[in-house]
Amino acid sequence: MLRILHQIFRTGIVTEPLPSAIEAEIEEVGARLEEAIKRRFRRSLTIRQVDAGSCNACELEIHAINNPVYNSERFGIHFTASPRFADMLLVTGPVSRNMEIALCRTYNATPCPKLVVAVGDCGCSGGIFGESYASLGGVDKVIPVDVYIKGCPPTPVVMLQGILKAVGK
Amino acid sequence: MTILQNIVISILEEVAIQDANQYPANVPTYQIPRERFAEIAKVMKTAGARLVAEWATDETLHPHHPLPHQGGGGRGMGFGIYACYAKDSEYLIIKTYTPLEDPTFPSLVKKFVPAYRFERQMKSLMGVVPVGHPDPRPWIKHEDWPEDAYPLRKSFDASKPIPRVAGEYRFIKAEGEGVYEIPVGPVHAGIIEPGHFRFQAVGEDIINLEEKLGYVHKGIEKRFETLSWEDGAKLAGRVSGDTTVAHALAYCRAVETMTECTPPERALWLRALMLERERIANHLGDIGAICNDVAFAFLLYQFSILKEKLLRTNLKLFAHRLMMDKIILGGVAVDISPDAKNGILTEMDWLVNEFERLVIIYDENPSLEDRVRDAGILSPDTAKGLCVVGFVARASWQPIDCRLQNPFPPYDIIVPRVAVLKSGDVHARVWVRIEEIRESIRIIREILNSLPEGEIACKFILPSPDIAGFAVVEGWRGEVVYWLQSGPRGEINRCMIRDPSSVNWIALEQAIHGNIVPDFPLCNKSFNQSYSGNDL
Ligand code: SF4
Repeated sequence: MLRILHQIFRTGIVTEPLPSAIEAEIEEVGARLEEAIKRRFRRSLTIRQVDAGSCNACELEIHAINNPVYNSERFGIHFTASPRFADMLLVTGPVSRNMEIALCRTYNATPCPKLVVAVGDCGCSGGIFGESYASLGGVDKVIPVDVYIKGCPPTPVVMLQGILKAVGK
Repeated sequence: MTILQNIVISILEEVAIQDANQYPANVPTYQIPRERFAEIAKVMKTAGARLVAEWATDETLHPHHPLPHQGGGGRGMGFGIYACYAKDSEYLIIKTYTPLEDPTFPSLVKKFVPAYRFERQMKSLMGVVPVGHPDPRPWIKHEDWPEDAYPLRKSFDASKPIPRVAGEYRFIKAEGEGVYEIPVGPVHAGIIEPGHFRFQAVGEDIINLEEKLGYVHKGIEKRFETLSWEDGAKLAGRVSGDTTVAHALAYCRAVETMTECTPPERALWLRALMLERERIANHLGDIGAICNDVAFAFLLYQFSILKEKLLRTNLKLFAHRLMMDKIILGGVAVDISPDAKNGILTEMDWLVNEFERLVIIYDENPSLEDRVRDAGILSPDTAKGLCVVGFVARASWQPIDCRLQNPFPPYDIIVPRVAVLKSGDVHARVWVRIEEIRESIRIIREILNSLPEGEIACKFILPSPDIAGFAVVEGWRGEVVYWLQSGPRGEINRCMIRDPSSVNWIALEQAIHGNIVPDFPLCNKSFNQSYSGNDL
């Protein structure tokens, strides 16, 4: 237990100090995001992430926005297990044929008003997988999309910026 | 070593024909008559080999070649059926053919468990029928696909969507008093890939788990057939994004065997550098996530800080956090400066220090230990029978690591020390990965300390028509296998991919027996197999 406490004190708050330009950027994006979330969602934005066919690298970067360095929770963003509590769907991947129905169901289970953000080059347009017998292409081929976050995969900062853009809409 | 090869030659004598158009030469391919396909599997099993992969090719468009017993390759006849076996450092490919009018072949399921899914997949996607296979249900292809849609056949138009038909997928049912069923997925609770799990439980105890995968099938293997060889490396880097380096590397190495291209020394060493960085980053993230699944979020955050720092260094050095598209045919796309080299060495010093502190915390925490020990046990015997690979295999006493068994420079000089444990539980899988992080740090230091000077890529020559190449690379999850074949015009005719997940997913079904339902997320995380790499 002492060791754990010691490590906590050693680590300090990695999110706070702004040693690098990137971290300044996060703060800047975050501050705007926080404000928008306060205004529009009464302090919290609840996101349901759906992998509709991604290669899983987009998921890695979505995970990263939850790590202590980006710490998206401090802006009032949090991820939920159920679409019924979600304000926003964060959808990755080209939509695979085998995920089309599950994606539609998730979309329908999300209460209105809802925001849909398509993540990654694949989510935007199908990316390298394109359109085929197995891939339907971008997310907007299946459900309406509000904001597109490009990148393969988008970096965590770009991801936060995209979420901000959607909230500001 | 040529034990397997000698066995095949001694049993089949003149009917086994070695295919001279398959590369590399140290992975021989033998063509054998169809009716003896299962017989060879049996002797392979007796010899202690494992089944690495099984796949089919459509060779109906190839110019006609005489049948094997007429002294030819039998191409242009129908479908090629392949099985790859390995024992220690020896890999061997057995090929047979099956005609278009009667596309059947003897099933290997009775000898090798992994054939169970390989063959269902071959049947679903290529329309070749394994005779004697006990399970007629499709795999990867879902029940609402037209049965005769075989996307890997050349006659299939892959550019168009296919209609949905009515169909039902029957899960295996356990019956009896108090048995109930829990369906989970395809959309799971966390930020993870989709798949479906069907549990049968009594009280809290799981008596059976059945996986249904294929949700993220994107038609990757078929997509390769429309790409140039160069673009193929990009697609390979997106088969399973968390393993982008290992996949791109296995693809490039397979293509390079076909052209007998050897990238410059420096490129080979930089490839290994990236491969080890990918291993460390994923291991760090996963160990943290496993701790989080037993409600020890503290270590999740601690490990993810370390991981984040590594990814940022990647961004700085390689212009990509995950190092996507940095492995190219003939070498690598970026070089590192002497400053960057020193930067990584300093980073490694920092990492060792930080990492070891966390390992002590992991090791000394009784509440954590209580959950990770004896959970999700995969016994050494089961692991061997299932032909599992990677850290899953090593945590269950199987010393499989193709950095050792199929080394390329610098692994021939910087030999990895492979950690193997016997208990096969969640803790063993964590501990093997802890040891691997330590070892990867050592390898990275050695690479940087003696990194050869020179070019980072050589000119790449296109493969000639009608040849095949093969490569295995030890990614962080385990052995990644690529087998590539060029067509009559020198194009990509077939790209077979075997992610470690394709064999390791079955092991999760076995390891979960007798565990309680609430431990499933923990056990699953300790395997952390790829859906995308499995579904393709
Ligand atoms: S955008 Fe890139 S990282 Fe994201 S799913 Fe597609 S290929 Fe993977």
